[in-house]
Amino acid sequence: MADRKKTAEEMAKEQKEISISEFFEKNKHLLGFDNPTKALLMCAKEAVDNALDACQEAGIVPDIVIKVRQLKDENYRISIQDNGPGVVKEQIPKVFGKLLYGSKFHTLKQNRGQQGIGISACVLYSQLTTGANTRVWSKTEKDKKTHYYELQINTRKNEPEIMKEEMQEPTFEHGTKIEMDVSGRYRKWVEDYLKQTSIANPFAKISYTAPDGTRTTFPRSVNELPKTAKEMNPHPYGIEFGIIQRMLVGTQSRSLVAFLTNEFSSVGNQTAKEICKVAKLDSNMKPADLGREHIEKVLTAIQKVKIQRPPTDCLSPIGKESLEESLKKEFPTAEFVISRSRDPDVYRGFPFQIEIGIVYGGNLKEETIELMRIANRVPLLYQAGACATTEAVKDTDWKRYGLNQQSNALPVGKMILIVHMASVWVPFVSESKEAIAPYPEIVKEMKLAIQDAGRELSRYLSGKRRVGEQKRRILIFERYSTEVAEALSNMTGKEKNDIEKKLKSFIGERVKINEQGEVEGIEGAKDEGEKEAKMPQSTEKKEKPKKEEQQTLKAKKPKEESEEEE
Amino acid sequence: MAAPVTDKRTIEQIRKMGFKVVGDIEKRNNPNIEIPIRALSNIIYDKKTGQLMLGDKTSKRWFFNVAHSRKFMQTLMVMSFTKRLIDEKIHTSIRDMYYNLKHTLPDTNENTFEDQVESDPIIVDVEVALDILREQMHLTTDRKGIVAGNVVIRDRGDSIDWSKLGSGGWSIPSTVDEIDFKSVDAQFVLVVEKNAGFERLHEDKFWQKQKCILIGTGGQPSRGTRLLIQRLNQEHKLPVYVLTDCDSYGLYIYSVIKSGSMSLAHISERIATPSAKFLGLMMTDIYDYDLKKCTIKAKEVDIKRAKELLKYEWFNKNPKWVRQINLMIEKGVKAEIEALSHHGLKFMSEEYLPDKLKKKDFID
Repeated sequence: MADRKKTAEEMAKEQKEISISEFFEKNKHLLGFDNPTKALLMCAKEAVDNALDACQEAGIVPDIVIKVRQLKDENYRISIQDNGPGVVKEQIPKVFGKLLYGSKFHTLKQNRGQQGIGISACVLYSQLTTGANTRVWSKTEKDKKTHYYELQINTRKNEPEIMKEEMQEPTFEHGTKIEMDVSGRYRKWVEDYLKQTSIANPFAKISYTAPDGTRTTFPRSVNELPKTAKEMNPHPYGIEFGIIQRMLVGTQSRSLVAFLTNEFSSVGNQTAKEICKVAKLDSNMKPADLGREHIEKVLTAIQKVKIQRPPTDCLSPIGKESLEESLKKEFPTAEFVISRSRDPDVYRGFPFQIEIGIVYGGNLKEETIELMRIANRVPLLYQAGACATTEAVKDTDWKRYGLNQQSNALPVGKMILIVHMASVWVPFVSESKEAIAPYPEIVKEMKLAIQDAGRELSRYLSGKRRVGEQKRRILIFERYSTEVAEALSNMTGKEKNDIEKKLKSFIGERVKINEQGEVEGIEGAKDEGEKEAKMPQSTEKKEKPKKEEQQTLKAKKPKEESEEEE
Repeated sequence: MAAPVTDKRTIEQIRKMGFKVVGDIEKRNNPNIEIPIRALSNIIYDKKTGQLMLGDKTSKRWFFNVAHSRKFMQTLMVMSFTKRLIDEKIHTSIRDMYYNLKHTLPDTNENTFEDQVESDPIIVDVEVALDILREQMHLTTDRKGIVAGNVVIRDRGDSIDWSKLGSGGWSIPSTVDEIDFKSVDAQFVLVVEKNAGFERLHEDKFWQKQKCILIGTGGQPSRGTRLLIQRLNQEHKLPVYVLTDCDSYGLYIYSVIKSGSMSLAHISERIATPSAKFLGLMMTDIYDYDLKKCTIKAKEVDIKRAKELLKYEWFNKNPKWVRQINLMIEKGVKAEIEALSHHGLKFMSEEYLPDKLKKKDFID
């Protein structure tokens, strides 16, 4: 062997544990901080998501205030304040100053946040780009004082460092306020995000002050919180080896049957016994005794046994009516707004539900439609191309619904399409949670929802076209009646106004739109415009001598006369 | 022609149509204007008179028909415009009419007429619907056609002597109804297809020497020119001879003068000259006058057209025509009037034409 540069021992010395904070410090893009224009948006998004989750959980109708202010060139101060339950004093440093600290990761419940990375990642980003402390105010009850913290994250240890801590006189009843200084570039995306958030959370009031001082308020369109989503046990169909292994360790159940019945959803005694039978395992086996091969057998058996669908009360859809109200509020000039809420379905043991909203016409331009992607009421703003929603929309034949569409592209029309996926576990393609993974079950369900809404849209559009066409026809007669009356008056010496009045009342009597929106009483109403045959040219000027006279009489095929022959 | 009489009739026709349509409105009938069809399907050749005529098929233009309504309006506008012209005793061009009537309909971006191409056919519709001539509607077109000869006319009060117009000749206006012939000293009318041919004969004082009236049509003759030929033929009993290029287009020009044209079949009676005779250039002339070197190879379209001519009754009933046209097809050549200059510039006026006239070598 040639000379080695290093020995294994030497190399071993260099190997050491990497803290999660250090890891993300170097891999900011994994959390969505891949470019400076996204920084402010990410901060707003994480804080607002947390605020909404907290308020909803505490049963408080949310009132959120966001302010962005420019400090210098590319440094901004962003503050987000909610009227939620606040965070207890002891938890404040960890919630904001430690990555992967959260309450939601281990539960199967529809939440906005999942991993417990979001807000602490923002704190980390703030500290990396400006060095400033993150300020947190929290007030849990009316009569208590406000807890104030200034925090940094120790990236080596992934632990919060408290730079300052004090009690302050309260300025608000209850809630949490966080203020960060971050470097970034300001874009309208923050507004877009808040607008979409408002659509997906019609019960929330969101006020926003942009760096230039403009204030925007997105009012609530419903006054009640949606029903609280229940937590659910995992459904057997979605379970994986590692998860079942972990569950076996933690369970209090004494037998395999009891374990299956207690720890999983949709599994009753019958089903549990059936699984044991198919797996050829003793149903009284102690969970602790299950080894690797036993678990394999259970997993295989689960796939063979028919198990009820998971419960759907763990989902909290926006709701057909709420979504429609919300869209009408947000797009007051729209001609047409519809929404659809599909029945819940299941992918890999996780219940999910797809909702669709369509906003059509009004101020919208005839261009590629805007697709608003929303997952568990959180707008997704990036990586549209990788998203299941985009795939489902592109894969739908929009021409059938009256829109233009190039193959494999989003349709073109004066339309905004909202696709919402509610689920206890939304499969995102990356940690930054920007695109829903296009699992076939999900894409299929989205397409069905889109088609349903599309049919409604097409009914609206064709009705609109028909009525438009009929109105146009009536207008034709009215438009010409003045000229006709004037000519007739000159030809006969009769009073022009008198003729015009008679003619217009005649139009009114004769041409009526019936209940089906069709015009009655006019000939040629079904003609496609002018079909009148070209008459031979008549004047010398146009008589280019030879050519026009060329037709033979013998070869005369009766030219079509569109004017009815007597 | 006594203009006021025709004016009175024109006005009467317009008034009648106006009252008819107002009556439709009052009686709650779908207002309509009946118009004879001018499509080929309704054009027939009348053997008795030797003219192309419109058949008796008519169509109705309805107000309550989305496909007709606009034209219905335009038709009434043109009728009304005509009445205004006659009331005010003025004449105007069809282009003036187009501009005068063109305006934007209230609260729309639609014009009453978008283009002259739209207004021109309406004029013809009004002609056939009211059985009046465009000339009687006081509408004119560009002057086309020249005339010279020993004739004195009266035109809007002025005396014009066709023999004293120098090198130019008199430009034939589009409306010749209203001119009066004061003296006509000629034995026949010679119609030449080409202006160049007219110039040659005019400079050679052919009309003086041969005591004729010389008319240059400059291609397909205008309505005014055709009407002038008819008036000279009918009012002054002058035979009409036609000189065109020796090709199928030349023959068709002759046919239009004699029998009328398909596009103006509705007025053949008033502008065709059924007794007109074809003088030349004949296929046989090419051989009789030794012009073989001056022929042009006929194009495919010439031959095709010639074969079509053979299908027309007014050609194929006459063996002389059949012979000429067959010769044209067989030899595959054509010749221009100017070919005669091969034998000298004055050959046409001093030898060819006098010879043909003397031999009475015409085809009817």
